[in-house]
Amino acid sequence: MTLIRKSLASLTLLTLLSGCQTAPNTLGGTGDLGVIVERATGSLAVVNTSRQQRVDQVEGLGDLSHASVKFSRDARYAFVFGRDGGLSKVDLLSGEITARVMQSGNSIGGAISQDGRLVAVANYEPGGVKIFDSENLALVADIPATWQDENGQEQRSKVVGLVDAPGNRFVYSLFEAGEIHVVDMNAETPEMTRFTDVGKNPYDALIDPSGRYYIAGLFGEDGLVLLDLWHTGSGVQRILPDYGRGDERLPVYKMPHLEGWAMAGNEAWLPAVGRHEVLVADKDDWALIDRIPVQGQPIFVMSRPDERQVWVSFAHPANDVVQVIDTETRQITATLLPGKAVLHMEFTPRGEHVWISARDSDRVTVYDTRTLQEVARLKSESPSGIFFTDRAHRIGL
Amino acid sequence: MPHLYRAILFGISALLAAQALASDISPERKQELETLIYQDCGSCHGMTLRGGLGPALPRERMSAYSTDGLAGLILQGIPGTAMPGWKGLLSEQEARWIAEHLQNDNPLEH
Repeated sequence: MTLIRKSLASLTLLTLLSGCQTAPNTLGGTGDLGVIVERATGSLAVVNTSRQQRVDQVEGLGDLSHASVKFSRDARYAFVFGRDGGLSKVDLLSGEITARVMQSGNSIGGAISQDGRLVAVANYEPGGVKIFDSENLALVADIPATWQDENGQEQRSKVVGLVDAPGNRFVYSLFEAGEIHVVDMNAETPEMTRFTDVGKNPYDALIDPSGRYYIAGLFGEDGLVLLDLWHTGSGVQRILPDYGRGDERLPVYKMPHLEGWAMAGNEAWLPAVGRHEVLVADKDDWALIDRIPVQGQPIFVMSRPDERQVWVSFAHPANDVVQVIDTETRQITATLLPGKAVLHMEFTPRGEHVWISARDSDRVTVYDTRTLQEVARLKSESPSGIFFTDRAHRIGL
Repeated sequence: MPHLYRAILFGISALLAAQALASDISPERKQELETLIYQDCGSCHGMTLRGGLGPALPRERMSAYSTDGLAGLILQGIPGTAMPGWKGLLSEQEARWIAEHLQNDNPLEH
């Protein structure tokens, strides 16, 4: 492979020297590449964020409903986690699938370790986490998510909110069990620390950009649960309990997502469950600072990389709208209509653009985040998740 | 006598309404309902209905319910679980159409 690359490089040099302008560019970086998951066709569009164009299409990735993507630390390979338990490694430069395993019956997402050597997958069926060598996707560890139910029977739980944490650890939550598990991958065999009774039905989680705080949202009750990874001995802490103040919840037609949760300055911005509100909490004591009324139930609450704006997408049926909130005034400054059934938003690494997928309009719209004007529109069949390679170098993404 | 007449009239119109149920839904709305099943119900039950945070919805499992029972479950949800009631978004006949689709036109056998 190295040999081929070298010869291609010298070929390029030769064609340059001979003055030929039409030689294909065979070398390229990946820093401005990304992927769009096309869920209905089970394909991945490889995109270039400098040119706002599709550059390749990768087929044969199985069932990509609710698929997510992580990147290798060299930002060349995308690990694609399919709903059907398929785990694929895709070369962004060649558009080839270089490794693929069917590792479970039903999975929800994954994470890559701090050192880049391990890829972990969160599975619903059978409930647990499997860990693979990121080079060839060989199985390294299989960790069933077991727990004791109220009758003392051992059960397996669906795993949600799997993230990487500093110290080559993985952290995840158990939906039915109401537990958080931390797996340390430094030893010969994985070492697990279990936190029980963390709250009812954790449905998703995030780790803050510093990698210190793991926070899981609770579906079965108001509030969230926080684990301080600097002080795991202190156990978990409930935060924002009773944020609904006893009001009746609206029916939740779609679970909010916590990944990409906005941290703006010393504030954490997050979606309320079953309410048309974005919650703002103080990061020092996790007290509720504000509840910002929005036009529907928030799904993604994401801050622009400079933290001046927070962008919010919504659950069915108010999901053809995206709202932009100024983090300083906490006022909604724009309400945009990117298309029908908006599923995901992704900022370019420094935040001048945001890409927004609209599933039922079969398009991805790129907005300038300063002018809030549309700058490009890409055709994409049933697009869902959008992931750019700068995630390769960020904790928890 | 006028009471009886009114009762009969009411009975006939109720019968007509029941017969007209499925055909009252426009083809466009049926298309939207199908999208709703595979995409929005699919956020929890899987786009191929093979399950996710919610259980798989194969035809076999759906047929264990009566059509009315399943439509009722869709409208009311299941308290204590993540299954919401859809009555704010769907009419009774739309829920019935979805129930019938899951029982008869469901691509997932078991």
